[in-house]
Amino acid sequence: MASSVKLACKGVWKIFGHNAESFLKTHNNAPGSEDLKSAGLIGGVRDANIEIYSGEIFVIMGLSGSGKSTLVRCLSRLIEPTGGEILLEGQDLLKASDKEMIEIRRHKMGMVFQNFALLPHLTVLGNVAFPLEVQGVPLKKREAQARSVIELVGLKGRENNFPRELSGGQQQRVGIARSLAVEPELWFLDEPFSALDPLIRREMQDEFIRLQNVLNKTIVFITHDFDEAIRLADRIAIMKDGKIIQIGTPAELVMNPATDYVAEFTRHIPRAKVLTAGLVKESFNELVQTAGNIQLNAVIADIADKVEQSSKPFAVVDAEGKPVGLISRKRVLDVLVGREVTA
Amino acid sequence: MILAARNFKPEIRNFIGIKGFWLSAFVISVFFYIEGKGLFPKWMFSLPRKWQWPIKDYVSDFMIWLTEDASFGFFTFKEMTRGLAGLLEWPLSFATSLLSSGFLEGQGSQAVQVLPSLSWISVVTVVIAMGYYARDWKLAALVGGCFLYLAVFGQWDSAMITLASIAIAVPFGVAAGLLVGIAGYRWPAFERSISPLLDLMQTVPVFAYLVPILFLFGFGPVAAMIATVIYSMPPMIRISIMSLKGVPSEILDFGNMAGCTKRQLMWKVLVPSAMPGLMVGVNQVIMLSLNMVIIASMIGAGGLGYDVLSSLRRLDLGGGLEAGIAIVVLAIALDRLSQAFSQRGSPTYHESKGSFVQNHPWLTTVAIVTAGTFVLGMFVPSIQSYPESLEIGIGESLAEAVKWINITFFDALESYKTVVLVYFMVPVKLVLLKMPWAWSIFLLSVLSWQLGGIRLVLLTLCLSLFIVVTGMWEKAMITVYLCGVSVVIATLFGVPLGILAAENERLGRIVQVIIDTLQTLPSFVYLIPVVMLFRVGDFSAMVAVVLYAIAPAVRYAVHGIRQIPPALIEAGITSGCTKRQLLWKIKLPLALPEILLGLNQTIMLALSMLVITALVGTRDLGQEVYIALTKADTGRGIVAGLAIAFIAIIADRMIAAGSAKARKRLGLG
Repeated sequence: MASSVKLACKGVWKIFGHNAESFLKTHNNAPGSEDLKSAGLIGGVRDANIEIYSGEIFVIMGLSGSGKSTLVRCLSRLIEPTGGEILLEGQDLLKASDKEMIEIRRHKMGMVFQNFALLPHLTVLGNVAFPLEVQGVPLKKREAQARSVIELVGLKGRENNFPRELSGGQQQRVGIARSLAVEPELWFLDEPFSALDPLIRREMQDEFIRLQNVLNKTIVFITHDFDEAIRLADRIAIMKDGKIIQIGTPAELVMNPATDYVAEFTRHIPRAKVLTAGLVKESFNELVQTAGNIQLNAVIADIADKVEQSSKPFAVVDAEGKPVGLISRKRVLDVLVGREVTA
Repeated sequence: MILAARNFKPEIRNFIGIKGFWLSAFVISVFFYIEGKGLFPKWMFSLPRKWQWPIKDYVSDFMIWLTEDASFGFFTFKEMTRGLAGLLEWPLSFATSLLSSGFLEGQGSQAVQVLPSLSWISVVTVVIAMGYYARDWKLAALVGGCFLYLAVFGQWDSAMITLASIAIAVPFGVAAGLLVGIAGYRWPAFERSISPLLDLMQTVPVFAYLVPILFLFGFGPVAAMIATVIYSMPPMIRISIMSLKGVPSEILDFGNMAGCTKRQLMWKVLVPSAMPGLMVGVNQVIMLSLNMVIIASMIGAGGLGYDVLSSLRRLDLGGGLEAGIAIVVLAIALDRLSQAFSQRGSPTYHESKGSFVQNHPWLTTVAIVTAGTFVLGMFVPSIQSYPESLEIGIGESLAEAVKWINITFFDALESYKTVVLVYFMVPVKLVLLKMPWAWSIFLLSVLSWQLGGIRLVLLTLCLSLFIVVTGMWEKAMITVYLCGVSVVIATLFGVPLGILAAENERLGRIVQVIIDTLQTLPSFVYLIPVVMLFRVGDFSAMVAVVLYAIAPAVRYAVHGIRQIPPALIEAGITSGCTKRQLLWKIKLPLALPEILLGLNQTIMLALSMLVITALVGTRDLGQEVYIALTKADTGRGIVAGLAIAFIAIIADRMIAAGSAKARKRLGLG
């Protein structure tokens, strides 16, 4: 990806237990599972290395207890990592003073929580304006700003309601609005839709995609739901037992799972929705007559109808319109029924 | 089979061993009982003065040093207590003026009223408004009715003095408790260090607080209020720490992510989120303050408590009963009102419509009524204070009624009293007094070793030896006897009642209401009917203690039966249990840990009540504290108070260990 690195974490460890720091040092910052076990410590996050680019949706996916929530709390320094570096635009957050950290959180970060974490004694307006209030923004200004974000998430007219008067989906919209009120550059979402029922969850995912198209934030999104990860992510990191097993685009994970564990997740994923024409194309042959052009990054599910109705293959073209490969009816069928396809 | 038998054997041997031990212990005890005092030297029963450890003298000397010589450099300790008293005096006299006496200028009999107090009509309007605001019309009617009762039955002035003390003591108690609680939340080391202190504060009897406070602050409403604040603080501290810890971690994370400073995090995020829990604490503070304000009439808090106390001293039963009923009425009104506030939950949105008056109808009404009665009251006295000619004095008719009961049922009451005294109470007392202290402590240690192991033994040893070396052993045994007898009777009545209530829905509801009401009453009130029917003495004390302490026995029994998983009861029914078998073989064993917890609570309440029964002539540690109070002898009061607290702690730890054992055996974790 061409854009710059927004947030990076290098060799981050979070070990729970007594004397974790000295333990990490004596093991050269690389203790194994056995070392941890014999010392009676728990490795919450083990040697995490991530680079998150500006404007991308980076999903951290793992089952419960995999350390994903711990990792995102290390990234925002809600939990103090035991070792490593966390660089926000090159500045190491772990070296920031309490005061600096407050400033960074006030202006650069926003976070959405699984169980909404709304303050029960404040109205919707009060909740959304809260991050501005603690910064000392004057009442009129912060309320105006809060009202505009409330409108953005579609809750106009509910400003004076209290959290418990709203449905779960509406409450999370408040949570989202609140995290956006300070116009953060970095947006953390910790399983934001996990507490919602499936229909609402889907609606909120669509809403989230719409918002990101407008706002273009750098996003770290935590989920235990692989379908959700595939649907939303530019790139996914899969975690297990505190370790990051694989980082890649949805298509990369589906095509080349690094371990059986990853393969187990990808097995049930409808591949047609993940794979792009560029990934499954056959080599280009000028002699073959084509029925038309298809963009390199088009998803198979979107082009399947068109290709199937034609007896001739389509040309796969890159951004400049230059043909780079072919895609035939058989190729689309291979993807749809789940046969092995190699580029 | 062989394997099983081999596994079984040591258990049997163990069982016989334990049984054998207690059997021989019983025989030795009987020997002591028969031969005891003649055969053995006197020091085995009470330590002679020259061997005693004069802790009470140390404490008294320390207090004298504190008030006379102690200095913090810029100011002396005495100046500090004076300053503190002065600080509290101002708001208290303001509240008293507002509610009761009116604002005066000048001293003593030359005082001229500058402004009248709030009229009775406006106070009643305020509580009705609060009742409606907190819940609904029903509550408004209840609290309004309670306050009207106080006016109509001539208890208004005293009740308002009591209310004024509470109105000032509660904010202080809540604020101080919250601040200490916040400190405990922030610094776990601090919480660990205050936790045993809180334990002690909650087990030391109320009178024991009064003694040093009387010594430091003298006799009067301010001293009484300081005692009240200190007494009501510990539960608020506990509840504050608990509620703050109970705030979901996500809310804490959110506060941090919003960039809150530490102070913002505490006051804008944590405290408001913990509000429902904190309000439960406020309710507790109010009820404890009421309890203490009544008791503190002994060191100069006026009001209803003083009325009861002076009536009891004059043996004016009608007057005592009148004031007692007024306390009950006030307690119910305050409890229901503060509970309603704590259960109100988070606010909801109301469409605002038009002007301030329309938005705040109640505030407006209260303001108009207050201003209106203020102006009218200057011309029409009956608006300012309820007309005396319309007051209904029930004192005399109550006294008549009591007299009638005493005459009509004298034989019956007297025979109950005699039977219980002769066949139950006196023998228990004699047994406890005839055992040498070393033997009793030895048995106690063995029991604690069986229940909880070596640490429990060390604890009981240290605490009970403290009682011996301070020369309190005999009095402590009388306390144990009175407490033990009362607890046994409370359990004998309370647990079966609880079981019945758990089985029968309707009875359950009735019992619930009665128990709830009993628990809101200040302990003082229980003395009144008891003295009326049984006069003074151990028996009256026992009855008062039973009445006060029965509530937890019932409540925990109900809970213990109700929390049994229905599947277990169904299993019993399908195995063909009769109702009786179901109760004895399934329900009771499973409810046992809960019932034991109830027993624990019963003992704690019994001990705290026992001290108050010193007023009706017991001869136990409570009497010791009471005497110390009348003589302002701090050392004596504190040592006796500690002895009572230690008895409570020993009982608490042993029962807790027993309950834990029972839970473990049932696999309840």
